[in-house]
Amino acid sequence: MFRFIVRRLLQLIPTLIGLSLLLFIWLRRLPGGPETAILGERGTPEMRAAIRRNFGLDEPILIQYGRFVRRLIKLDLGTSTSTKRPVVTEFIERFPGTVELTVMAMVIAIGIGIPLGYLAARRRGRMLDHLSVGGSLIGICIPVFFLAYVLKAIFSENLGWFPSSGRQDPTLGATRITNFFVFDGLMTREWDAAADALWHLVLPGLALASIPLAIIVRITRASVLEVLNEDFVRTAEAKGLTENTVRRRHVLRNAMLPVVTSIGLLTGSLLSGAVLTETVFAFSGIGAFVAEAIGQRDYPVLMGFILIIAVVYVLVNLLVDLSYSVIDPRVRVR
Amino acid sequence: MALLQVDDLSVTFARRGQRTVHAVDGVSFSVDAGEVVGLVGESGCGKSVTSLAIMGLLPKQPGLRVGGKAVFDGTDLLQLDDRSRRDIRGRDVAMIFQDPLSSLNPVIPIGLQVTEVLTRHRGMRGEAAKKEAADLLDRVGIPDPRRRLKEYPHQLSGGMRQRALIAMSVACQPRLLIADEPTTALDVTIQAQILELLKDLVRDSGTALVMITHDLGVVAGMCDTINVLYGGRVVETARRRPLFREPRHPYTVGLLGSVPCLDAGPGERLKPIPGSVRDLLAWPDGCAFAPRCARRIDECVGEPPELVLAHDGRSYRCLNPAPVPGTVPPWATGGRAATDPATDAPTAGAAAPAAADDATAGPVPAPREKEKP
Repeated sequence: MFRFIVRRLLQLIPTLIGLSLLLFIWLRRLPGGPETAILGERGTPEMRAAIRRNFGLDEPILIQYGRFVRRLIKLDLGTSTSTKRPVVTEFIERFPGTVELTVMAMVIAIGIGIPLGYLAARRRGRMLDHLSVGGSLIGICIPVFFLAYVLKAIFSENLGWFPSSGRQDPTLGATRITNFFVFDGLMTREWDAAADALWHLVLPGLALASIPLAIIVRITRASVLEVLNEDFVRTAEAKGLTENTVRRRHVLRNAMLPVVTSIGLLTGSLLSGAVLTETVFAFSGIGAFVAEAIGQRDYPVLMGFILIIAVVYVLVNLLVDLSYSVIDPRVRVR
Repeated sequence: MALLQVDDLSVTFARRGQRTVHAVDGVSFSVDAGEVVGLVGESGCGKSVTSLAIMGLLPKQPGLRVGGKAVFDGTDLLQLDDRSRRDIRGRDVAMIFQDPLSSLNPVIPIGLQVTEVLTRHRGMRGEAAKKEAADLLDRVGIPDPRRRLKEYPHQLSGGMRQRALIAMSVACQPRLLIADEPTTALDVTIQAQILELLKDLVRDSGTALVMITHDLGVVAGMCDTINVLYGGRVVETARRRPLFREPRHPYTVGLLGSVPCLDAGPGERLKPIPGSVRDLLAWPDGCAFAPRCARRIDECVGEPPELVLAHDGRSYRCLNPAPVPGTVPPWATGGRAATDPATDAPTAGAAAPAAADDATAGPVPAPREKEKP
């Protein structure tokens, strides 16, 4: 198991090297190059040349690449051209918010999706089944930002049950350690701060959960239906096991395999795609920041974001593979 | 009184817009305590559906109807509610399935799959359950049982898997064991071992065994009484020796004639039954076998044939049965007369029962091979 983890982490290295090459080529091939990004259209040729020299862009390409990689290894992602702050600092401040939001959304999606999908399969062809299948179709179809606005309008502006924006009430003056607000609150025993941060996560979490929830319901339902027809379920029934044991031990566990895979992929896509939800709820995560960076042609930020997402994807898939090997001995790693 | 008395069992699958399928159409048979009973027939004749209906394991679906009775030790299994049925299953009536790989849960160790039965019906837990499970695996001939308990189905060979399944089914010393083609998915040598094991287990424990198979070799080696099924009904019931010596129903004759045998001379051909099991007449319209039958007479179509009770407890459902020994028409002695028990017995004569008995075992590959260590 340990060797498997190490091996998979080592596999990160070629992935990252390939990615760094791609990013490097991408940066070199940008129309106008970085000097245009900094100067805009107004720069004189002399100014451009000065900037090129400043950034070392007049040196041989291999040396440039070497320098590029050395900076990456030192986690120096450069300075954001729009906020003038180091990219790493920006990410340390903002990424935890997105992670919290993603975790919240996935908890909602898994917590509702798996039981609902299971029940729909057991009651196939009946009311609950039709409702959940139809509902999941709606969940996939509704644009996330629209759902976000609707949730905000109803539960925050009309009913006032949840806060409408932000990650935490600033008047609480909560202590910051890791920038994971809920986690910080628990660590410092500032329970009200943790609860408030959690409260702020509910509505954006719900909005963000809609698509993964719909997908998980459908995959769970299909997978349970398939497993229910398996011979070993019949064997379990023939042993006279209680319905509960048959369900938990024999049906659900086998049905979880495809669900786990999709959870991994969904988590990755949420981390990189929470832009709209974050914007609607003025939630200071990485999504809104990156969306702005795209508009501003803030290349250092974009590059850092792409790198981080790549690493996250590899790690999430590692987790998926590990949980797979826990569930299914046939793919157990040695 | 019989341990299991199945009376007029019928299973129909009705689908909207489709023809209603009578998978089992009035099957009756009985099993005495300690007896080995065979249900024999081609694929699609309703053998497996019969066993699943008795166990209450038919997949629940709209349009499924189960009729008749299956009285086990005084209780009709078909009338039980879900809870009492679960109490009986695995404890009093157990079942072994066809394909041992797909019948075992791939993600759970063998040990838990054995102990869960012990926990459910015998209240055993922890180390006691583990020890009993290891004993069970040992009893069914799985070497190094302690280690096997921790292994998963994919780590076992096909024969081992079937042994493990058998261990699970006999864990609570059931009074009735239903084996649904337990050797179909296995190599021939392994088949023989599994059959020996089953035979030993039922002999030692006094468990009654219902053996569902299409393999007459299995029947010849194991069963006391044999029920031949066709088109969802029992067409002939007899003790083993009479059935092999003098089959009365033309379908039984045909089955016996289709068995290849090693001592047949070169150039001798099998006598397969013409047509397929799909060429079926609905029972209410006459004999279901009539479209394929060599002995068909006009009366076969129109009215369903009644079950005829003959001497020595055998019965068959035929208006024009194969003749008893001594009155064999020429067609029956042609071809493989020297080896076919159906036709051999008459020539051997009733005066030499020993020879006839040998002949019964002769053409069918009796499971005698032993595993090489």
